[in-house]
Amino acid sequence: MRLVGSLTALKAAGLVLAFAVALALPAFAPDPATTNIAVFTMMYVGLATAWNIMGGYTGYISLGHAGFFGFGSYALGLLLARFAIAGGYSAFLFVPVAGLLTAVLAAGIGWFALRTRAATFVIVTIAFMFMLQLLAENLVGITGGGGGLSFPVPPWHGGDFNIPYYYAMLALATLGLGISWRIRFSKFGLGLLAIRDDEDKALAVGVPTGAFKLTAFIVSATLVGMIGAVYGYYVTYIYPQFVVDPLIGISMVLMVFLGGLGTLGGPILGAVILEPAQLWLAYHFGASRLYLVLYASVFLLVILLLPRGIIPSVGELITKWRAGVGGSKGTGDPLPKAVSP
Amino acid sequence: MTRILEAAVLGILTGGVYALMASGLTLIFGVMRIINVGHGALVILGAYLSFAVWHNFGLDPFLTLVITMPVMFGLGVVLQTVFIRPLKTDREALSVLVTYALALGIEGLLGYFFTSNYVRLRTWYDTASFPVGSFYITYVYIFGFLLCLAILGGLFWMLYRTTFGGAIRATMLNRTAAQLIGVDVDRVSAIAFGIGMATAAAGGVVFGMTNAFNPGSHYDLISRLLTIIVLGGLGSLRGAVIAALVMLVTEDVTSAVTSPVWASFAFFVVLVLVLLVRPQGLYGVRVRDRL
Repeated sequence: MRLVGSLTALKAAGLVLAFAVALALPAFAPDPATTNIAVFTMMYVGLATAWNIMGGYTGYISLGHAGFFGFGSYALGLLLARFAIAGGYSAFLFVPVAGLLTAVLAAGIGWFALRTRAATFVIVTIAFMFMLQLLAENLVGITGGGGGLSFPVPPWHGGDFNIPYYYAMLALATLGLGISWRIRFSKFGLGLLAIRDDEDKALAVGVPTGAFKLTAFIVSATLVGMIGAVYGYYVTYIYPQFVVDPLIGISMVLMVFLGGLGTLGGPILGAVILEPAQLWLAYHFGASRLYLVLYASVFLLVILLLPRGIIPSVGELITKWRAGVGGSKGTGDPLPKAVSP
Repeated sequence: MTRILEAAVLGILTGGVYALMASGLTLIFGVMRIINVGHGALVILGAYLSFAVWHNFGLDPFLTLVITMPVMFGLGVVLQTVFIRPLKTDREALSVLVTYALALGIEGLLGYFFTSNYVRLRTWYDTASFPVGSFYITYVYIFGFLLCLAILGGLFWMLYRTTFGGAIRATMLNRTAAQLIGVDVDRVSAIAFGIGMATAAAGGVVFGMTNAFNPGSHYDLISRLLTIIVLGGLGSLRGAVIAALVMLVTEDVTSAVTSPVWASFAFFVVLVLVLLVRPQGLYGVRVRDRL
């Protein structure tokens, strides 16, 4: 038991340390190239964490989250344009509004998409993503269509340009992680895990599966929408194929799988490893089409070598090691595997 | 009215091509329980292979299939063995990631060798047409439709009239049971993937003659193909064929009545409407954990 306690303390200490490093990062690495990488990495920490709330906990694989990302982005851009908000910190105040709008959209899409399961659900989410992309393209009167949408230019410039966005992404990632953590150790979270393991049995023992799935879907999509909103403001100019990008949707999924599906730390780990790698590849090989081939190779290696993700694989090693060393079989992990964090 | 009729006829003719491409996709799903997100990229790969042979040797595009279909079949067997077979746990989700990676890799390689400029397979019959009543039909649509019909016919014959087809259908129905009665499911899976890719090659050549394409064209294609097989019911060949015809007719008629920009949107609206009534698709079976 002491070993389990100290491990939890170790985890908590690691978390505090990681948060402190993330908070102080711009202070000791202020050059724009680094902070740019930091913005995108933090963005994917948030996206992967948000995706994990639906995909990891309930096992419903959505490949359409890029649709919510793009929707949030457009929502903020259009709000800022409608209310003639000048660039500045006040623009960030509209991010939750964009999130709220995304929640409404997700409620509608989720209500429909969650009538299906497994493979059909995957495909239906893809279909909805392309529908949103087409709407952004076709509703020229509202979105500007293929001509794109510009955001107001913020007053801060030069070397510190990235830093407000970094903290905005950090705030959203922390919010997502907090929500994910709260859900993970709540009755609601247990219900979601039950749905993942066997939905029909979960329903039979009284888990309101429909409401739970929809709630998880909305929470997940809302976070993604807010992150998309900050992203749009950061890049200052968006167009349909750029923000409703299937590659963004699949990247967050891959990160969760690399780190560990349904774990708290997995999405963070996956994002922190993969996003800088992706940016590095794009920077060095982006001019040539071979960039895609290299990225695809990384993709394939990750899945074929670590199909269960880093955290579950390492966790298994630790459990084995503990059983072998301490002989403390009785005091091993008190939680069954399916619910261990 | 004539315009609607013309659109409907065109929808049926192109629908035949989509039926062939979607059949390969739904066959792969049925046998392996994987969603091949890379199928669109395979079609585009087939189109580029035909393009290369046609461009370099001046072969008629349809004749290039004699070369590209066996090549794609072999490639399919290799890809399945190397990338799909190792997936043991969480197959459905992981296969999506793997096949997506394959799509990206193919897109990257095609972009490297052929650049991202749009190309098109050209022949004398892709502009020549003949009159039907008050409108004209281009020969290439008829030829493409007949080719796809012939290959689909061959596919159905193989599935329902041969022993190997029986093994494929047994694997689709119940993998474990098929294994127990002596079906080598690994071999069946590899060959099914190969067949899927060979049909993608055939679909690709017709696609390449009727559309300009570039390495990025696969996104649009895969979203349509996936919609078709869900509408038809995952794993149902009959469903895929009917859904392809319904979808393409809807799309072309919408395009004629409203505007071409809403054509693809109509495609997805049909999916939503049908799934509201039948979440398992037209010919799908509602089985626990399978939908």
